[in-house]
Amino acid sequence: MTAALEARGLRREFGHVRALDGADFDVDLGEVVALIGDNGAGKSTLVKALSGSLAVDSGEILSDGRPVTLDSPAAARSLGIETVYQDLALAPHLDPVQNMYLGREVMRSGLLGRLGFMDHTEMKDHTRRAFADLGATVRDFSAPVGSMSGGQRQQIAVARAAAWASRVIFLDEPTAALGVVQTRNVLDLIRRVRDRGIAVVFISHSMPHVIEVADRIQVLRLGRRIATYDAKQTSMEELVGAMTGAINQDAA
Amino acid sequence: MSAATGQQQAAGPAPADEEAPKTPLQRLLGAQAFQILAVLLVLVVLFSAAEPDAFPSVNNFRNIVVNVSILAIIGVGMTFVIITGGIDLSVGSVLVFSGVVAAKTMEALGGQGVGVSLIGALVACVSGVLWGLLNGVLVAKAKVPPLIVTLGSLGMALGGAQIITGGIDVRGAPTVLTDTIGFGRLFGQIPYLSLISLVVVVLGAVLLHRTRFGRYTYAVGSNDEAARRVGVRVDRHLILIYTLAGFCAGLAGILNLAFFASTTIAGQSNTALNVIAGVVIGGTSLFGGIGTIAGTVVGLFIPAVLQNGFVIMGVQPFWQQVVVGAFLIVAVYVDQVRRAAAARGARARRSVASRFSRPARARRKEAQ
Repeated sequence: MTAALEARGLRREFGHVRALDGADFDVDLGEVVALIGDNGAGKSTLVKALSGSLAVDSGEILSDGRPVTLDSPAAARSLGIETVYQDLALAPHLDPVQNMYLGREVMRSGLLGRLGFMDHTEMKDHTRRAFADLGATVRDFSAPVGSMSGGQRQQIAVARAAAWASRVIFLDEPTAALGVVQTRNVLDLIRRVRDRGIAVVFISHSMPHVIEVADRIQVLRLGRRIATYDAKQTSMEELVGAMTGAINQDAA
Repeated sequence: MSAATGQQQAAGPAPADEEAPKTPLQRLLGAQAFQILAVLLVLVVLFSAAEPDAFPSVNNFRNIVVNVSILAIIGVGMTFVIITGGIDLSVGSVLVFSGVVAAKTMEALGGQGVGVSLIGALVACVSGVLWGLLNGVLVAKAKVPPLIVTLGSLGMALGGAQIITGGIDVRGAPTVLTDTIGFGRLFGQIPYLSLISLVVVVLGAVLLHRTRFGRYTYAVGSNDEAARRVGVRVDRHLILIYTLAGFCAGLAGILNLAFFASTTIAGQSNTALNVIAGVVIGGTSLFGGIGTIAGTVVGLFIPAVLQNGFVIMGVQPFWQQVVVGAFLIVAVYVDQVRRAAAARGARARRSVASRFSRPARARRKEAQ
């Protein structure tokens, strides 16, 4: 099976720091891959490289087996790749519909559209449907996002990415600042996104969440992928061992 | 309709992770623009009760409207700027500069006709656009804070106007301009000046509240980084916004010239601050992301009504400045409290939600 998105031997240096040192990575459609590693292991750099926010010095990125160049977020987006950053990148004063369509507004047809008028009904209906499909617990579609709870904001960010991503979603620490219930909602959301056949890449420091939601777990250490585990057959001890360098599966 | 019901059904068993949506009426009553409109109406009622013969007359109301008209045009541009989280202190000076170059141009062309007046209006607007463009480029590209950029261009435009005129006001404008735009009335009732202002206000409101341009204005003021990441060209948008503010000031410049038949070089030092006060009183947040054109118009009427009312009542008109100052501080205080409550509300709701939804979740687990 060809991977939805694959990286081979990515290298990237910042001055004398080797953030990525020949990192490999792959994710298939319809699976959740967790990307874990200690601080400075290169997780963020890898995600930035794969979402078009950062150029790599060398290495290959393949989408569906074809080599691609991801030199801008727009290039990634055109390949159906969306990223939810830790800060969510929502506009707090805009409502969920406006955030959902920010930068992708549906314009009215004809002259009005060319004058800059938007099709509010279409956007609102579609947002409601998209949120309902994912079971996101957002019901007030005209309140500013900033007045909502952290969990709801996370759900809006994930739902927005899921609505636009046709193939791959990166989620950077989506549960970091959430309470128990909110975390559960977001993890459920991640599963539903996967069940729609989208590849989900999930970066987290929380091993229980990783084991719970991921299908495969890839461990980064010192800018390389050092191990890949089946989430059902691994343990917290094994993952921590790999992260800290006690176990080195790929090199073996 | 069916989509909405489907959504409600789907969301039915979800945990109690939020409050009920607000109705449009609740939203309206909660809007600062609406509350300030209520304050304005109270002021009008009070002054009418105090001076039933002089205050509530068509003539007097027309006076108030005319006094607000030019400020409202500048206020439209200022509202856009402040919603992006910026500020434009230069509008008063740009108004003067535009009036000066328009007056000089029309003087040089000679004549009192429509053609000359139109050229003058065009020159004033172009002058405003160029100053706004300069502000916008410096803010968006050079990343100089808007306060400093527009403080600088305030001095440059005023100084420039004084250099051109030697510091002496250009008096007089084509009679067509002063007689129609300055003092003329449609059907003998509605001042043309106020009609032009109304058109600008309506166009500004449509642009801000109905178009993608307006949506991006809020987005840039709310979270410019988020806007940038989804592909909004933030720098370009900021340049356009400051250019719009400059255009409004330029248009106000020609109208000011038509109304006073003078370039009023020394008379505009407080214009920018008065407009900013009106915009802020009308509920536009200096922190960006919030604001309406309607609020700005109402916010500009408050000082005008106070001034007018005090004069009629024989109160020293200086009191107007005192009261408007207090209004301004209260308006910003209300905005602060509101934003703090919104932030607190989000946190409080989360803890309440988790307290209530735990049993619901347990119940569902049992059911499974």
